Amino acid sequence: MPKNILRLEDITMQFGGVVAIDNLSLEVNENEIVSLIGPNGAGKTTAFNVITGVYAPTNGAVYFKDQLIVSNFPKGPMKKIYAGQNNGKYTTTIKKTPDQITKLNVARTFQNIRLFKDLTAFENVLIAKHMRSKANWFSATLCLNHKEEQKMREEALELLDILGLIDVKDEIASSLPYGQQRHLEIARALATEPELLLLDEPAAGMNPQETHELTAFIHDIRSKFNLTVFMIEHHMDLVMEISDRIYVLDFGKLIASGVPEEIQNNQHVIDAYLGVPEDDEE
Amino acid sequence: MKTSKKLIYSLILAVVVLALLFFLEANKAKYGMAYTVLTKGIILAVVAVSMNLVTGFTGLFSLGQAGFMAIGAYVTAIFLIPLNSIEEVYYISGVSPAILTFKAWLESTPIWFQAMLPYIALIAGGLVAALFAALIGIPVLRLKSDYLAIATLGFSEIMRAIISSPQMDTITNGSYGLKKIQGFSSLIQVFLIAAICITFMIFLIRSTYGRAFKAIREDEIAAEAMGINLFKHKSLSFIIGSFFAAVSGGMLAMFMRSIDAKTFTVALTYDILLIVVVGGIGSITGSILSSLLVTASKEWWLRFFDSPLYIGSFQVPLFKTGFRMVIFSVVLLLIVLFYQRGLMGRNEFTWEGLARAFNKLKSKSSNKGGSKIA
Repeated sequence: MPKNILRLEDITMQFGGVVAIDNLSLEVNENEIVSLIGPNGAGKTTAFNVITGVYAPTNGAVYFKDQLIVSNFPKGPMKKIYAGQNNGKYTTTIKKTPDQITKLNVARTFQNIRLFKDLTAFENVLIAKHMRSKANWFSATLCLNHKEEQKMREEALELLDILGLIDVKDEIASSLPYGQQRHLEIARALATEPELLLLDEPAAGMNPQETHELTAFIHDIRSKFNLTVFMIEHHMDLVMEISDRIYVLDFGKLIASGVPEEIQNNQHVIDAYLGVPEDDEE
Repeated sequence: MKTSKKLIYSLILAVVVLALLFFLEANKAKYGMAYTVLTKGIILAVVAVSMNLVTGFTGLFSLGQAGFMAIGAYVTAIFLIPLNSIEEVYYISGVSPAILTFKAWLESTPIWFQAMLPYIALIAGGLVAALFAALIGIPVLRLKSDYLAIATLGFSEIMRAIISSPQMDTITNGSYGLKKIQGFSSLIQVFLIAAICITFMIFLIRSTYGRAFKAIREDEIAAEAMGINLFKHKSLSFIIGSFFAAVSGGMLAMFMRSIDAKTFTVALTYDILLIVVVGGIGSITGSILSSLLVTASKEWWLRFFDSPLYIGSFQVPLFKTGFRMVIFSVVLLLIVLFYQRGLMGRNEFTWEGLARAFNKLKSKSSNKGGSKIA
């Protein structure tokens, strides 16, 4: 019986009357690579934002390693316009901020790369090490933590070395080629020492060759850092090749889940991506 | 460039600066203007660097500097007015008994404590301002960009209004201000205090916390996703920035010997903002350089334009009081046109940078002469 590391229960996310995610439940097991796919606007990134604490869901709960990290239920004006199910099932509100969730060892990357653009690649990775620093600001200013600082720098360099970015460590992040910026963002996420890595469209804007290399890359970092990977992706080749399991979202609803072969032959998925043929055309 | 060579250059620079300071100290009467400009310039450099820490490195556009300086100045002033002239200073509305008891207690402290009093006064001013910063930071730091600027500007004006209000007469002497404040013992002392403050802020910015500040400036969402607590780090930067703004305000009080609430209007904040922008937002050496340059040109180098100029018996028009500020504005316009990111941008002064600039200048002039040596 595989142990789940991330579990979403009945997550509904409603922006006013718009239901972005409707009653989504899913599980990610330890050491798996799981993909979340779906047409544009299906609510994939919203799901990530709920997991990482950017949004509080309207209803539902998120568990990380069986620890409740997010929980909410409809209240206030939302009570009247709530369109989801399971109303009344959840009674607690737990809202952790994104930095608290990162401290629990959940790291993420962003769909539209969000590096610290004017800083060097090395500094980008080093910043992610900051939250593990035990020094307070005063002792850090007086360089009393130089041993820890030294360790942080060494670890950052090691990480850049593993991800093949050591040659560009002193380059300004925004001047790097696109592919390397993606790698750097992953390096930065890995620097927070995650157990669960959320990748939001890691192959966006990459050519087929780069996409192919990314497959090996993700496998590589999973085994090296003992990670669980949960990712959103549009490149079907990549998704089918890499994923252990796949969840498919359409208009906020989970329409299918299973191993890649099942998804490829699932009529709902094909309909969602290609559209349902209209009967009255003939 | 080798580290040892850089160290030697830095040592030479330090010795030259020290020698210059001692020379000015010895010939105070002769070089009065240079003395004044250097003192005021370095005092403004402290507040400019503190504003740069908040605005340039953490990305919080705060315009509350003058308010924090006022707090620092008044606290320092109350510490440093001698007990025997205090009745004279507050001759209109009388002194609050609390201040009198406090001053009497200060008088009874041991002699070493009294010798340290200027430093203690500056730190106390800083701490009071830091407390205010922590309190107003709770609501204000939730705002972003322009809204934060407006809120902090409002705070600064409220501070000034409170200080000059009649209700505060027995503490701040209302709109009459405080005078007979104990001054600096020498130019060296001013530079020493300023150097300690600025070095502290440089070390803060170079520490892991400084990197977190920069991360917040670059991208708040990404910084938060990297586990950086936005509110904690923003407050930290804001409080430390306010502390040093207040220290600089206290130094200003010691330099001017008499202060009143009118010194700390919004115009003072704009002066500091000007220094930061001219020096380069995000460059500490830029702020120091620019505060010396701006102060010097405002108070000294451009004085020439204020006095009437005669060529033979012809009086050149426009040369009269106030024309200096017109020229100053034109100079600023030119700087902003040609150095859009300030004199230093986000770079810091390094010996390599100087060598590069020097080489560039040399090759340029040799190219002009047409004597190209392969």
